[in-house]
Amino acid sequence: MLCDSCKERDAVVQVTQVTDPPVRQLNLCEKCAAERGIETHVTMPKQPLADFIQAVQQKQLLAGSESWRCTFCNSTLRDFRNTSRLGCAYCYGAFEVKIRDLLRGVHGTSKHQGKRYHPPAQVVEEGASVATELRTRLRRAVEQEQFEEAAKLRDQLKVME
Amino acid sequence: MTLDLSLLPDGGVNWLDASGDHSGIVLSTRVRLARNLEGFAFPGRARDGERLRILARVREAVEGSPHLRRNLLVRVDELGSEDRLLLHERHLISKELAGLDTQHPVRSGAAVFLGDGIGVMVNEEDHLRLQTLRSGFNLADAFADMQRIDEELGERIPFAFHEEFGFLTSCPTNTGTGLRASALIHLPGLVLTKEINKTLAGLQQIGFTYRGLYGEGSEVVGNFFQISNQTTLGRSEEEIIDKLLQVLSTVIAREEEARRVLLRDAGYIIEDKLWRAYGTLRYARSLTFDEAMNFLSGVRLAVGLKLITGLSVYTLNKLLIFSQAAHLSHAEGRLLSESEANLARARYVRQALAAEVGM
Repeated sequence: MLCDSCKERDAVVQVTQVTDPPVRQLNLCEKCAAERGIETHVTMPKQPLADFIQAVQQKQLLAGSESWRCTFCNSTLRDFRNTSRLGCAYCYGAFEVKIRDLLRGVHGTSKHQGKRYHPPAQVVEEGASVATELRTRLRRAVEQEQFEEAAKLRDQLKVME
Repeated sequence: MTLDLSLLPDGGVNWLDASGDHSGIVLSTRVRLARNLEGFAFPGRARDGERLRILARVREAVEGSPHLRRNLLVRVDELGSEDRLLLHERHLISKELAGLDTQHPVRSGAAVFLGDGIGVMVNEEDHLRLQTLRSGFNLADAFADMQRIDEELGERIPFAFHEEFGFLTSCPTNTGTGLRASALIHLPGLVLTKEINKTLAGLQQIGFTYRGLYGEGSEVVGNFFQISNQTTLGRSEEEIIDKLLQVLSTVIAREEEARRVLLRDAGYIIEDKLWRAYGTLRYARSLTFDEAMNFLSGVRLAVGLKLITGLSVYTLNKLLIFSQAAHLSHAEGRLLSESEANLARARYVRQALAAEVGM
């Protein structure tokens, strides 16, 4: 079907004019539709959040700090830039200054106003806490193939036992 | 492991029953919370063994939780890709948990505890993604359900929480409350009157956003929009819910107004368009998914405008879910090619409509 306006191109959109009676139906091509300010499809507006994160990640957020490393999960700010995801909850402490800026940019603030939370008390055997902690770290180091760290931890545990 | 959805009440699709408020326009209301366990790397960083330990901890907590203990554990990591897609099509698990995203293949320890309108996804982007789902427009109940399960899990397993930043999540866009509340809303009136882009742009200016039928990263099909809060930090959970309630009420009122305008000023054209959509669904022999969604959108609007009677919104809701590729394959008991699925879809839609309104 040809466009009712230019009679040259194929019509891609059917417009029902309801503003000035009588109601009319027009078949328009993309160009003539655009000239009348009619979009031929629902446009996905840009994702401001994603754009923002990308901009921040590429510029000021990481300037000079790409090699900062979280001691718990061993991920760096560079990893964050590449994946948009942090490695663990401790990354928030390790990269605190940078994360605060990022949160302010994304949410307009870094201050949580919602529910306060107190984790349940963990049952810890008396006197066992240091050894337990060391064993947890040792397990983690082995899982992450950080063998130097693992060797150190094993030595510390041996001393304790 | 094979998936037996018959173990779930109504196959996990109670939310389709159109029992909630404004169910002609709002398909469903969803609230989700992102939570992480203290002392473990986030799922994307954790090792296989660590994710399995996370699952074990969550399982223990779920079994002790009065509102979750009857939920069915589905080990997503042990399912084949067809079953994972089926759960995703049913809106019970996210694309990431299902491992359908090429960037994120299915992870060991990926699981979901499914119940009636309540799901707990484990080892998704965060250790826990809690979600509650209600039929129609019902933010209050979806949020109340969520508060209960958050409370019950949070007193059994320690969540990662920071005094200043709030609940800590893998992506900083969810930090703080970890709360994303949304409604899946059908807006053909605003699309046909060309008001939709203005409405959506307005939403974004006040901190809300929209996505397609399957949430993040999905396309808008069949005039279905998932409208949700964009930011999760700096406002309390109640404020976020209240604000979304206001925003959605406004969008619903605008949609109703647009429908009135269409009917008043372009009655016969609209009527013709919608009956054509119905005619196609009643008699077509092959339908692509997008075609089916678009015609179903027309029929849904016709039912809303009372042009077509005798067809329930529940049936239309079920058609949205059960005419998807994995559901058609599941019903046929074998994997269908695309063209076979188009034939099966047209047949299924014809039969469902004939059963409801007669031949």
